[in-house]
Amino acid sequence: MAVLETRELTACYGDFQALFGITFALDEGETVAIIGANGAGKSTFLKAITGLLPRQAAAVRLDGRDIGTLPAFEIVKLGVSLVPEGRRLFSSLSVEENLLVGAYGRRIDGPWSLATVYQLFPMLRDRRHAPSTALSGGQQQMVAIGRSLMSNPRILLCDELSLGLAPIVIRDIYAALADIKTRGTSVVLVEQDLVHAMSVADRAYCFMEGRVSLSGRPQDLTRDAIHAAYFGL
Amino acid sequence: MRIGGLTPAGHGTARALGSRFAVTRATRASTIVVLLAVPAIALLIALPAFASRVLLQELFYVFTMLALAQLWNLLAGCAGLISVGQQAFVGMGAYALFAFAVIAGLDPVLSIALSGAVAGVVAIPAALIVFRLRGAYFAIGTWVVAEVCRLILAQVKQLGGGTGTSLPPEVASSMVGLDFVRNLFAVRGPAARDILSYWLALILAVGTFMLVYRLLRSRHGLALSAIGDSEAAAESAGVDVFRTKLFIYAVTAVATGMVGALIFFQKARISPDAAFSLIDWTAYVIFIVVIGGIGTMEGPIIGVVIFYLLQYYLSALGSWYLILLGGLAIILMLFAPAGVWGLISRFYEVSLFPVRRRLIVPGSGGADEKEGKS
Amino acid sequence: MLGWVDTLLQGVLLGGLYSLYATGLSVIFGIMRLVNLAHGDLIVLAAFLTLALAALGMPIVIALAIVVPLMFAGGYALQSVMLNRVLGRNILPPLLITFGLSIIIQNGLLETFSADTRFLNVGPLQGASLPLGGGIAIGVMPLICLVAAVAVILLLNAVFYRTGVGRAFRATSDDVEIARLMGINDKSIYALTMGIALAVCAVAGFFLGARANFDPSIGPARLLYAFEAVIIGGLGSLWGTLAGGIVVGLAQTIGAHVDPEWQILSGHVAFLIVLVIRPRGLFPRAVD
Repeated sequence: MAVLETRELTACYGDFQALFGITFALDEGETVAIIGANGAGKSTFLKAITGLLPRQAAAVRLDGRDIGTLPAFEIVKLGVSLVPEGRRLFSSLSVEENLLVGAYGRRIDGPWSLATVYQLFPMLRDRRHAPSTALSGGQQQMVAIGRSLMSNPRILLCDELSLGLAPIVIRDIYAALADIKTRGTSVVLVEQDLVHAMSVADRAYCFMEGRVSLSGRPQDLTRDAIHAAYFGL
Repeated sequence: MRIGGLTPAGHGTARALGSRFAVTRATRASTIVVLLAVPAIALLIALPAFASRVLLQELFYVFTMLALAQLWNLLAGCAGLISVGQQAFVGMGAYALFAFAVIAGLDPVLSIALSGAVAGVVAIPAALIVFRLRGAYFAIGTWVVAEVCRLILAQVKQLGGGTGTSLPPEVASSMVGLDFVRNLFAVRGPAARDILSYWLALILAVGTFMLVYRLLRSRHGLALSAIGDSEAAAESAGVDVFRTKLFIYAVTAVATGMVGALIFFQKARISPDAAFSLIDWTAYVIFIVVIGGIGTMEGPIIGVVIFYLLQYYLSALGSWYLILLGGLAIILMLFAPAGVWGLISRFYEVSLFPVRRRLIVPGSGGADEKEGKS
Repeated sequence: MLGWVDTLLQGVLLGGLYSLYATGLSVIFGIMRLVNLAHGDLIVLAAFLTLALAALGMPIVIALAIVVPLMFAGGYALQSVMLNRVLGRNILPPLLITFGLSIIIQNGLLETFSADTRFLNVGPLQGASLPLGGGIAIGVMPLICLVAAVAVILLLNAVFYRTGVGRAFRATSDDVEIARLMGINDKSIYALTMGIALAVCAVAGFFLGARANFDPSIGPARLLYAFEAVIIGGLGSLWGTLAGGIVVGLAQTIGAHVDPEWQILSGHVAFLIVLVIRPRGLFPRAVD
C-alpha cells in the first residue's frame, strides 16, 4: 500500500489554478522524482501535500488516512517533512538553533538527532553557532536538510535541492541523500536537475502546466519521451 | 479600491477603441444618481427658506462629518495611508481661522480657504517625518504629530492658551454674506450665521465629493490604487510613490483644514482639546467610513447617515454609547469588514459612483459586459 | 548644577517606567507585526484591577501576583478569540479592533470607577527616598521600577534565547510559513505572545499606580510614550527599547526642568528628531 498518495489533487493561488488533478503514489522506502519545467506546479504540489496551500479533504492520504484538512503544523508531526525551495532558514537563528527548531515537531522514535545530523554534515558542527545567514549556499542547504531530518520524518520531501549550487556541492548533497535513504526514509525529490534526479529515483513523474505528463521507472523512460513530457513539444 | 486594468480611457462615457471594443464607466445606476443629484442639491440649497434652525444645524454636522469621512476614506481606503492623526489638520485649520480673525481681523468666510492652505503647509514637513514609518506605526506617528500641534497651540496665549478663545464679536457680526442672508431670510445675526455655515458646509461636502471622485478617476487615482495594493510593485511600474503619497496627504490636509476651519467658525469658540479631539475628528470619522464601506464612494454617505441616527438616538447614554460604538467597530471588523455597502454590493452588483472602467464587448448586448477584475 | 544632575537621574528613572510600558508593545510587534492601540489602556486597566483587589483587603503585592496571570490569560484570550482571526496583510482590522477595545476599556473604567484620580498604596515605600549624598535623593519606587524593567527584559531574553519555546517564537517571527512546517502552531505562539505582553502590562500598571496618580483617561498617552520608546530604541531589540524609554524619560524631565508645561511636548519632539536623523532607531536589530 502506498504510504503517501494523492488523488485528483487540485490547488489554486487565489484565482489562478496551479494543479489540475494530480494522482500520485509513494511506496514505503521508495524514492520518487518529480521533474518538470519552471512553473509546472512541482513546488505547489509539495506545498499542497504539507498543508501550506488549501486543498480538498480527500485528495491527500497518508497511510490511507485523509490529511487534507490538517494544518501544516500537524502534518509534520505525522512524519512528513518538507525541505523548502530556497532553503528558507530562520535568519535570526544560528545553525544549531535552526536544527533544534526542526525537532519541535519531532516524532518520538527515530535515528536523527543533533549528533547524527552533525555526522552526516560534519562541516556544520564547526559552524554550529554561526548565524545561519553567514553560510554558503551549499552549507545552508545542508542546514535545511538537517533541520527537516530532526523531526525524524518517514517521508522527506525535497524541493529543488540543487538550485543555485555548484556541481561539487550538489554531489555532496546527493551523497548525504543516499545516506538518508539507507535509513528507510521515503523520499520525494522535486528537481530541475534531470541527471541527478533520475540517477537516484526508483520512479519518476513529469509535471507540465499543473498536470502529470509522464510517469514510470527511469530506465523505462526514453529521452525523447521525457523531452516531450517536459516541454510539451 | 480596484480599477480595471485597461489603458486609461478618457473621461466620461464610452469611447470606441478601434471599432471593436468600448470602454465605459457609467452604469445604469450611476446615470440615475446623476439625474437625481441635481434636483436634490437644489432642494438642499433652498432648504433654509423653510427649514428650522435646528435642522440646519444638524445637517451642518452631517455635511462636515461626511466631508471628513470622504477625505479619510481617500487616504486610508484608497491609498492605504491609515492615519489616526487627521485631527491635526482639523485643529490647524480651525486655529488658523481664529488666528486670522483675532490677530489680523480677516473675514472668516474668506479665510476658510486660507486656513486650509495653512493646514496644507503644516502637512508637508509632517509627511516628510511620518512617511519614514510604515503601517500601524505610521498611524501612531500621525497621532504624535497631532499631539505636538495640540501642545504647541496650547502655549499660544494670544489664542487663549489651554482654555481657548471665542470668535471676536466684531468679526462674527460683520462677515461677508451675513447681510445678504439677514435680508433674504429676515433673520437675526446668529441665525444668519447658521444659514451661512450651512451653505458653506453644503459646498464643502459636495466639493469634497467632487474632489475625491475626480482624483480617483484620474491617473492619480490609478497610482493610488496601485500603491495601496503594493508599493514595491507600483514603484517598479513607474509610479513615483513618494510624490503621489505626499500629494494626496497634502491635498487631504488642505481640505480637512478647510472643514475644520468651518466647523469651529460655526461653533464660534475654540480650545486645543476640542480642536484636536481624537474622538470627534478621528474615531467618529473612522467609524463612519468603516460602517459605510471603506474604499468606496458610497460608503461614507451611508456611514454618515447610520452614524447620525446612532448619535441622535443613543448619545445620551454617554459612556455606554461610546462602548457601543467601540463594540460595533469590533464586530464589524470581525464579521463585515466591507461595511454596509460591502454587504449590499455583494448581493447586488451595483455601483452608484463608478470609478472602475468596464469593457463592453460589442455584438453581445448588455449581458456579456465584462467587469474589470475586482 | 545640582538641579541638572537631579533632572538626569529622574529622567533615567522615568525611563524605566516607560521601558516597562514599551516592552510589551515591542514584543508584540517583533513577533506578530501587530500594534495594539489599546496597549496604554490595558496598562491602566491593570492598575485599576490591582486597586480593586487591594481594596478587598489583600496586600498589594498579592494583588499584583493575581493580576499578572489574570492579564496573561486575558491577552491569550484576546488574541485567540479576536485578533488571530484578522491577522494578515491588511493592518486595518487589527488596528480598528484594538482601537475599539481602547474606547471600550476607557469608558468601561469610567463607568465602573468614575473619573476620580487614584493611586496604588504601597505602604511604607510610598514616597520613600534614598539619599545619594550631595543633597540628591531618588525615590525608592522609581528605583525599584527601573530594576523591574531590567529584570523583565532579562527574563524575556532568557526565554527567547535559551528555551525551546523561545526559539519557536523567534522562528515564527522570521518566517511563519516555514515555522508551521516545523510543527509550530503560529496561532498558539501569537496567543502566548499577547499573554506575555499583557502580563508585562500588569507590572507596568502596578508601577504606574505606585509612582503617580492614574485615572481612566490616561491610557492613550501611555501608548504614545511606549510607541516612542520602541521607535527610538529600534525595532527588534528589548535593550534598545529600554534605551528608547530612557531617552523619552530624559527628554521629558529636561523639558520639564526648562518649563513644566513643556514636559510632554519635549518627549514628542525628541521622538520626531530621532525619527528624522535615525529613522531605524538607535539600536535596530530586526530587518523588517
